[in-house]
Amino acid sequence: MTVNQTSPTVSPPRQEAAAPPSGKPLARKAKKSAYPYWFYLPAAAIYAALFLLPTFASFIFSFTRWTIFDATFIGFGNFIQFFQEPALVTGLRNTIVYAAVTSVLKVVLGMLCGILLTSNIIARGFLRSVLFFPVLLSTIGVGIMFSVLMDPTKGLINQVLGVVGIQGPAWLADPAWALLSVALVDVWKGVGLATVIYIAGIVSIPQEFFEAARVDGAGSLKTFWNITMPLARPATTTVIILSLIGGLRSFDLIWAMTQGGPGFASDVIASVIYKQYQAGFYGLSTAGNVVLFLIVTAVILPLSILLNRKEVEQ
Amino acid sequence: MRERLSTVLESSDRRNPSETLKRSKRVAALEPNFQEAGLGIRKNHAAFVGAAATLALALTGCAGGGGAATGGKTTLSFLVDNADATVAAAQELAKEFTAANPDIVVDVQTRPGGSDGDNAVKTKLATGDMADVFLYNSGSLFQQISPEQNLVAVTDQPYMSGVSDSFKPVVTVNGQAYGVPFGSGMAGGVLYNKKVYSKLGLSVPKTWADFIANSQKIKDSGVTPIIQSYKDTWTSQLFVLGDFANVAKSEPNFAADYTANKAKYATDTAAIKGFQHQEEAAKASLFNKDFASATYAQGLDMLANGDGAQYPMLTMGLAGIQASNPDKLNDIGFFPLPGDSATSNVATVWLPGGVYIPKSSKHVSEAEKFQAFIASKEGCDAQTKAAGVTGPYLVKDCTLPSDAPAAVQDMLPFFNDPAKNSPALEFLSPVKGPSLEQFTVLVGTQQADAQKAAQLYDEDIKKQAQQLNLPGWN
Repeated sequence: MTVNQTSPTVSPPRQEAAAPPSGKPLARKAKKSAYPYWFYLPAAAIYAALFLLPTFASFIFSFTRWTIFDATFIGFGNFIQFFQEPALVTGLRNTIVYAAVTSVLKVVLGMLCGILLTSNIIARGFLRSVLFFPVLLSTIGVGIMFSVLMDPTKGLINQVLGVVGIQGPAWLADPAWALLSVALVDVWKGVGLATVIYIAGIVSIPQEFFEAARVDGAGSLKTFWNITMPLARPATTTVIILSLIGGLRSFDLIWAMTQGGPGFASDVIASVIYKQYQAGFYGLSTAGNVVLFLIVTAVILPLSILLNRKEVEQ
Repeated sequence: MRERLSTVLESSDRRNPSETLKRSKRVAALEPNFQEAGLGIRKNHAAFVGAAATLALALTGCAGGGGAATGGKTTLSFLVDNADATVAAAQELAKEFTAANPDIVVDVQTRPGGSDGDNAVKTKLATGDMADVFLYNSGSLFQQISPEQNLVAVTDQPYMSGVSDSFKPVVTVNGQAYGVPFGSGMAGGVLYNKKVYSKLGLSVPKTWADFIANSQKIKDSGVTPIIQSYKDTWTSQLFVLGDFANVAKSEPNFAADYTANKAKYATDTAAIKGFQHQEEAAKASLFNKDFASATYAQGLDMLANGDGAQYPMLTMGLAGIQASNPDKLNDIGFFPLPGDSATSNVATVWLPGGVYIPKSSKHVSEAEKFQAFIASKEGCDAQTKAAGVTGPYLVKDCTLPSDAPAAVQDMLPFFNDPAKNSPALEFLSPVKGPSLEQFTVLVGTQQADAQKAAQLYDEDIKKQAQQLNLPGWN
């Protein structure tokens, strides 16, 4: 920021708003740091002890049959067994469906709410708080609350639907609905964060663009397609990446609401792994975590590069 | 979830709305007597709601582990699961033991139940941080804590002669016994409402065909014939686990062949019956309408109130009914899950958990005194006083009070005659697949047929056997 202020011009702020992570920070990095490198040591020690070491150990243990009391090396046995797991196919499919459904809904609803909450409506501040509120709640609490609300016969949701003459589905108890029900709750809980990101993105679009469009006779739909959508792209990228990562390794909400059930209908990779851990198959579940780590990396890394590159090209 | 069936018990205060919430997350108070009675049926975990409290207790437990001598007195730490009934029984035992041995104080510590508890026990044993005495399952789960490596053998202690011969094998490895029984035995079969039965003029079924015929009559009268409660997944396993006595009667070698990788659920005509029976009952729509979302607590309520007539369950369900509907307790009866033949009407029984001493204990001789107390008539009476009675004790001198509930009276003839019962498979074999409850839910909700579920279960068993490094599985 200080760099910008030394050479004030009229136009730069708006360029920056559209594409914040451009070349400037990289250029600055080349300068010599004011602090000696050993300042990093405490953080590095903590990082190594609490993250690198266990991560490395888990790569080793994933090649063993591990009972806590002893470990036998079995090569790729755990990985072979993990991929033969009957619940894995369902789990993999469910993970992808869950991640896709939650990110799409968060993008769409987040953008709509973002636009609504940046326009001049009554009680805007209040509505923003209300929308953001679920983000602050404990995921487990939300899960327990919704599993009560979603009870097929005694739950509030189906009773309300019943009043208006709709027979609601058995949400969490129906294998066809279970995963979707949890995904909807995830969206309810997460859309507030997506909205806040969009609000920030939309507010940073200079008003002049909208004024110019209005002068040129663009309707609100056209303004949305040609100005808001493209210029809020960094926000979209952030929301997609955050919710995809969240969706791919989602566990807590699913565990609180269905524990992967009924049967395996809402099992995701993380819950399959957790069940293996609970069963005492420590080596197998560690192998599963290594696989999950690779999958998340394989999905997110290219996606993040792709989305960020397009952003720069703009 | 792989908790033991036995650990789950109904919470006592059913009318308190916050309890309803908790219950939906399976916070179940435990039946005193059936503590972690291993009964490999796996139930769902202690609730998240309860988790904070549990954690706090567990942490306190860690801090106090090991025991300490203070002012000439020895403090013996005693780790038990956190079910209300277990804790009550353990505290009463501790109190009466100290009254008899004034220089030994027993400090009761708790850990979570179910698979979280399994992992806590394994971790404490592996790190040498285990309490001086601890309660854990007998049977297949006991095999998984490497007893020879971790526990003090008590085979030759004089008090072991007072322990029932049917209990010793489930705490024995290579000829060495390691524990004494805590709590009482139970049976897995059908809890039924006697009032519904007498109103419809039904008699206790001796064959599966009779059971289905009874169920149809009950259905025609407008009452739910068979209660199922798949919100608490572990409750779905009874059709399979409770049928084992019938399997054992028709194929006495099944347990040995199964352990040696020679008999499979999917291909054994007797063993697959449990899955087939569940499928048949599901297809005939004999379950309560909300079977997929009902909880264990709701299931017991339905049974006690006569909204449902029959609930395949462990007799530890009686403790739940005693807590929630004490006035209805004697309306409930018990019969074993019937098989094909009326002549072999046998019950599957579960043995209680054991109390063990880890090698890391610094007070082994005091701990053995405590074991001796638990395995005595005074020990049983202390448990009965604290937690009531839901089945026979596995200590020779112990007797049941004459006012034991009706269903306990129903189960005693089966329990007392070895020809009329068989221990559940998990007490005859170290192998029990951890995911059975998911497969039985698949069958009950008709997402898979019996054959498919049995095949999946065989795969699950294979993983467990390999983990235990058993011969014949690699």
